[in-house]
Amino acid sequence: MQNFIDAYSWINIRFLLEGLWVTVEVSVVSIIASFIIGSVLGVLRYVKIKYLSAVVGFIVDIVRNLPLILIIFFTYFGLPHLGFKPGIIFAAVLAMTIFESAMLAEIIRSGILAVDYGQMEGARANGMSYMQALWHIIFPQAIKKTIPTIVSQFISLIKDTSLATIIVLPELLNHAQIIYGQNSSYILPMFLMIAVMYFIICYALSVLSRVLDKRLA
Amino acid sequence: MVYILTHYWSELIQGLGYTLLSSLIALVFSTAIGTMFAIFEVLPNKAMRIIGRIYIEIFRNIPLLVIAMFFYVIIPMYVAKIDGFTAGTIGLTIYTSSFIAETVRAGILSVDTGQMEGARANGMTYWQAMSKIVLPQAFKIIIPPLGNQFINLVKNSSVLAFVAGFDLMYQANSIASLSLDTINSYVVVGVFYLIITLPLSYYMRHLEKKLA
Repeated sequence: MQNFIDAYSWINIRFLLEGLWVTVEVSVVSIIASFIIGSVLGVLRYVKIKYLSAVVGFIVDIVRNLPLILIIFFTYFGLPHLGFKPGIIFAAVLAMTIFESAMLAEIIRSGILAVDYGQMEGARANGMSYMQALWHIIFPQAIKKTIPTIVSQFISLIKDTSLATIIVLPELLNHAQIIYGQNSSYILPMFLMIAVMYFIICYALSVLSRVLDKRLA
Repeated sequence: MVYILTHYWSELIQGLGYTLLSSLIALVFSTAIGTMFAIFEVLPNKAMRIIGRIYIEIFRNIPLLVIAMFFYVIIPMYVAKIDGFTAGTIGLTIYTSSFIAETVRAGILSVDTGQMEGARANGMTYWQAMSKIVLPQAFKIIIPPLGNQFINLVKNSSVLAFVAGFDLMYQANSIASLSLDTINSYVVVGVFYLIITLPLSYYMRHLEKKLA
């Protein structure tokens, strides 16, 4: 019991919270970048431009079907061999963004497909060009439909950030490892504490996703 | 790439074997455990429903890596000595079971309640009706999402690399450091993953369209 009290000293908790902050920062930056890139890729795949859409679709499928850890390793250890050396945080954000953009591209494309085709026909019949209809009529409805899914994707992203501990990104799991590396009796308290921290954030977001799902449906 | 393939073929095949073995073991057990907790969640008994909910919410909202490391680090300290492969596979099973439970629950709920009522009215007990009437129909509906879970399992089994589980990802790192050809090592291992996951994901998409 004593080791729990010692382990949860303010210095340690503050150190964990700093790690949690990095986790959240990396996740937020990655999800925003992924949303923008994923939207472009999703729309490109949807609009069926000859060759381009097929190529985009193929790349998206490849990235989606690779383990994220492999992409993290590739950006951090592989890219320097190609003449580009990213820092730890940049490598992590880059890997998360590449992976998550592909995931979101699929989600957004299925959102666009779920919008009734009559919307497009109606917009075109009212004199809008194809791109205008897509941008002003179809896309906003598609995003509205996919917001709950995007929130759950954000939850996976927060959880997946822990994988970047392998490239020593100073996030939550990494900070816990640093603490219990100094005192092995802190191992159990640290694991329980970070489990609770992850749980609180992810559970709150999953509740949000469910509320949004009900409200937007 | 050819160099990596020819010189490290046995490592790659061993890694592929461990990745597939871990994913299959985790698939079997997480489907069993997931189905159990999914049934808990639709039982008339409120206490059981709460137990099911708690299990699902806890393991869905904690990173897989934290669960796997927990088994790798904590279990040997207090309970029994287990190797990285076992610890990783247990973590993988528990994590995935919470997602499968959600999928199975959705499947059970999508089966018309008349099926259960009809079976009960024909003299079946709750368990008979559940196992012989409702669950078979539920599983038919959820084959595509279960397939997607298996794809996720194959990808997620790469956490074994963190706990010395000798899977593909672990081999990727050792090949990269042995051959000093980082890029090609990761590319080759990426192709190995895609050989499993890409056909599966296209097949699942095909199934989804067919069943829809």
